[in-house]
Amino acid sequence: MSDFPWLTTLILLPILGGVALAFLPRTPASEASNQRSAELPKQVALSVSVLTLGVAVAMILQYDADGGMQFTETHEWIKAFGAHYALGVDGLGVTMVGLTTVLVPIVILASWPDADDRPTNVFFAWVLILEGLALAVFTATDVLLFYVVFEATLIPAYFLVGGFGRGKERSRAAVKFLIYMLAGGLIMLASVVGLYAVAADAGNPSYLISDLSQLSLDTWTGRWLFVGFFIAFAIKCPLFPVHTWLADTTASATPGTNVLLVCILDKIGTYGMLRFCLELFPEASEWATPLVVTLAVISIIYGALVAIGQDDMMRLIGLTSLSHFGFIVLGIFVLNSHGTAGAILYMVNHGLATTGLFLVAGYLVRRRGTASISATTGVEKAAPILAGLFLVSGLATLGLPGLSPFVSEFLVLVGSFDYGWYVGALAVTGIVLAAVYVLLMYQRTMTGPTPDDVATMPDLSIREIAAVGPVVVAMVLFGFFPQPLLDVINPVVDQTMERVGVVDPPPAVSDVPAEEAHK
Amino acid sequence: MNEVPDFVKPSIEYAELWPLLLIFGAACAGVLVEAFLPRKLRYPVQALMSIAAVVVAFVGVILIALDLPEIEDGAGRGILAAEGAIAVDGPTVFLWGLILALAFAGILLFAERQLEGGVSAFAGQAAAIPGTEAERQASTRGLDHTEVFPLMLFAVGGMMLFPASNDLLTLFVALEVLSLPLYLLCGLARRRRLLSQEAALKYFLLGAFSSGFFLYGLALVYGYAGTMDFGGINDAIANSTGNHALLLTGIGLLSVGLLFKVGAAPFQAWTPDVYQGAPTAVTAFMAAATKVAAFGALLRLFYVAFGNERWNWSPLLWALAILSMVVGVILAVAQTDVKRMLAYSSVAHTGFLLTGVLGLRATGDITPGQITSTQAVLFYLVTYGFLTIGSFAVVSLVRDASGEVTNLKRWAGLGKESPVVAGIFALFLLGLAGIPLTSGFTGKWAVFSAAMSAGAWPVVVAAALSSVVAAFFYIRVIVLMYFTEPAPGEAPAVTMPSVLTATAIAMGVGVTVLLGVLPGPVLEMAANAGEFIR
Repeated sequence: MSDFPWLTTLILLPILGGVALAFLPRTPASEASNQRSAELPKQVALSVSVLTLGVAVAMILQYDADGGMQFTETHEWIKAFGAHYALGVDGLGVTMVGLTTVLVPIVILASWPDADDRPTNVFFAWVLILEGLALAVFTATDVLLFYVVFEATLIPAYFLVGGFGRGKERSRAAVKFLIYMLAGGLIMLASVVGLYAVAADAGNPSYLISDLSQLSLDTWTGRWLFVGFFIAFAIKCPLFPVHTWLADTTASATPGTNVLLVCILDKIGTYGMLRFCLELFPEASEWATPLVVTLAVISIIYGALVAIGQDDMMRLIGLTSLSHFGFIVLGIFVLNSHGTAGAILYMVNHGLATTGLFLVAGYLVRRRGTASISATTGVEKAAPILAGLFLVSGLATLGLPGLSPFVSEFLVLVGSFDYGWYVGALAVTGIVLAAVYVLLMYQRTMTGPTPDDVATMPDLSIREIAAVGPVVVAMVLFGFFPQPLLDVINPVVDQTMERVGVVDPPPAVSDVPAEEAHK
Repeated sequence: MNEVPDFVKPSIEYAELWPLLLIFGAACAGVLVEAFLPRKLRYPVQALMSIAAVVVAFVGVILIALDLPEIEDGAGRGILAAEGAIAVDGPTVFLWGLILALAFAGILLFAERQLEGGVSAFAGQAAAIPGTEAERQASTRGLDHTEVFPLMLFAVGGMMLFPASNDLLTLFVALEVLSLPLYLLCGLARRRRLLSQEAALKYFLLGAFSSGFFLYGLALVYGYAGTMDFGGINDAIANSTGNHALLLTGIGLLSVGLLFKVGAAPFQAWTPDVYQGAPTAVTAFMAAATKVAAFGALLRLFYVAFGNERWNWSPLLWALAILSMVVGVILAVAQTDVKRMLAYSSVAHTGFLLTGVLGLRATGDITPGQITSTQAVLFYLVTYGFLTIGSFAVVSLVRDASGEVTNLKRWAGLGKESPVVAGIFALFLLGLAGIPLTSGFTGKWAVFSAAMSAGAWPVVVAAALSSVVAAFFYIRVIVLMYFTEPAPGEAPAVTMPSVLTATAIAMGVGVTVLLGVLPGPVLEMAANAGEFIR
């Protein structure tokens, strides 16, 4: 089985499933003649995503935690461009594959009724296609292939936001989202082309990361190419000051789409920084560190401050992610092993915690018909399960010890104190502010008097609990036992540190729970 | 006493030139058909004959391409035919094949009769003044101008000759042969005839004006080099004989003529009016094929004749490439008519193509296997040609009782009305925007990397930035089709085309997807075409 094309299977399965779904009848579920035909697209989508998860689990079980690229497939694709169809995963890739394949079935389950009033099959088809393309992004080991699928994810994302959102503003939001992403992408294209020119001049026009990292770039070429890549990834993350698409998009899209965008697609930004910026341009990354760290700290504080002032729940959650991505980018660019390990771990944990928040808030919005915080009070008496899950996700977001995001936040902070005490000190305020926005939101919406229209609100259904449940379990699990994740991540951290020329021991697994025990 | 030399019969290499001669021959035969055949037979005979001529010529081009001899130093393949007036080399046969393929799609669009309910999209009687009794009669009698087929074949012949011309006079003759039929065709629309005639007149006047510039430039270059021959001009520049100012002015004036034909800024003023006014089938064919032919000629002129002078002309092209992209995308944003929008987008694409032209480098500087600028531009022309012909073909399907609906507002809700047509158009728009997995992306990548390798990175950065603006207006149309509700009673309707238009669109879709996913073979072909011979 070692030659089995695991990654190709993983990519093709959801895409083919999505294409098949697109050929089902286009009637919206709410107008379907009978219950069965209304549910069919959703059932197909769920089965395909669960099957994909199964394949991913089977692959991950065979993954050798010692690191290095595994399950590699390399075929020549466009000879004249030096491009290959080259796939492979290391610790970073396998983590992201795991996150993606786990979150998509959850999203499908949670979005069950969200597309009933529009062509239902189309919504789920785009979700599956997006999953396939995202998996391709996280496994591509050829820069051109990465670029192609990176841009291709925009098409399903665009149609998900523009076609199935909540608000009237959704087509504007979709265009704004797309233009931001394309702007970043096309700037990156200039750098991608530039890489080819450099590689060709050096005598080996190839886009394989392994070939490109052998290149010796002269200082300014490397820096300019780095800038092109970095801008694209910063927009994707997003990072201050190119974050302005984020809140509009999350306020307009469905909760499921938000999870896909913020918890999976935005990770491409930080993934790209680790995989491409640090790997291909170590010197330039070091050169850019002061600016990037500054932007990251601004993102942390600014995102949190703006989030406090929001009345729209979805906007608020979107903006908290700005703050969290600030932490991730900070972890990456302090260029030490605590920071890097923390950042990779943070990518997973942020995915879990924010998924919880988006989905539970989405349930609430669906029941109330509004995302306004000021128009909602006293939910906890009417719907205790909803309120409880919301609280757990919220506490995870603010970094409560015992829930997984704490571990990663802690590691990033350790890393940033190593970089400079002032950076660490500023970043810590992000945690304090996180407590403010999460608890304020909880207090305003869940506690207080329960008006009549809220009192009659049904609590979560089994399906809704089943969707969020695994996320909460995972947060608790990885909160106490981050070890398996760190085991997978550490070889990548070592490799990255070697690449940027930093020598310090990776975080021993033992110091994390030990720190936790002190709390 | 001067002795008059005997007349020597020029040698014509029929084995290499017969596809070109076949097209001209078929065009002449088409004229005879008009004169001698009864009206009822003309349409089927003309259409079939044109298609047959194009197909046979295409097969011929492939056969010729397969055994082009390599030239002595191995830098290219081909021969100089017709006493050095025509170069049949790799790029020539590549462009011939492309022009013939586009002409094939064009003829299919010309022959479409289902959209107008049994008549073609061309005026029943062009001579009848719009709005008169004569026009009404022509249309009730169901007249058709079947002369459009020979006219088009003449244009195709001119287009084939244009990039193959190896001296300035042949180049000029080819320019006129390709242009004159197009001027006529532009004025033959069945609907909105005043607009169409205005377009034709505008195109003709500006075209004649630019030909004047071209001729003047030709004379000056001849004055400098003492020869019309491209190779001879190249030698003269290498030996730097003659008055340099004469040469530079000549290059400038020749460029005006060529850049007018490709629609580069600041010579783009005719494109929106002509693209909008001409019958859509003509616009589709002209926008695609003229650009192919003119860029072929431009490449040969600049690379072969003026290659040694590139330090002087490349700054000019840098500026014009950036200007074309900027002007094209910014003006396209403001358009409310789909044909005008596509016209401005074609100006921007001219800028991208010029970016590729800037990639010229000395052969020694190029790593084996690296993409060359000729290869990049040829490849881009393939992607652009099929995208353009396909998108205009789709435009011809969206209609109401008064003919085609080109106002973008009326396209709102097309995605619901006709998901297939809207989906195809969305694909073409994504392709024109250069989104990966469509041919537009691979084309863009090719020209960008050629230019980047030659150090023209500021142009590449400008191209990347203007692509963002371009993406905005392409995507606006997608928003309109999918996410906007039509105004009451204004829902667009799609007329089912016959198999002819459907085939043309299918060709566009096929090439767009294929070259987006697996561009290898065509890139390889463009690489095998090698360089221009002298």
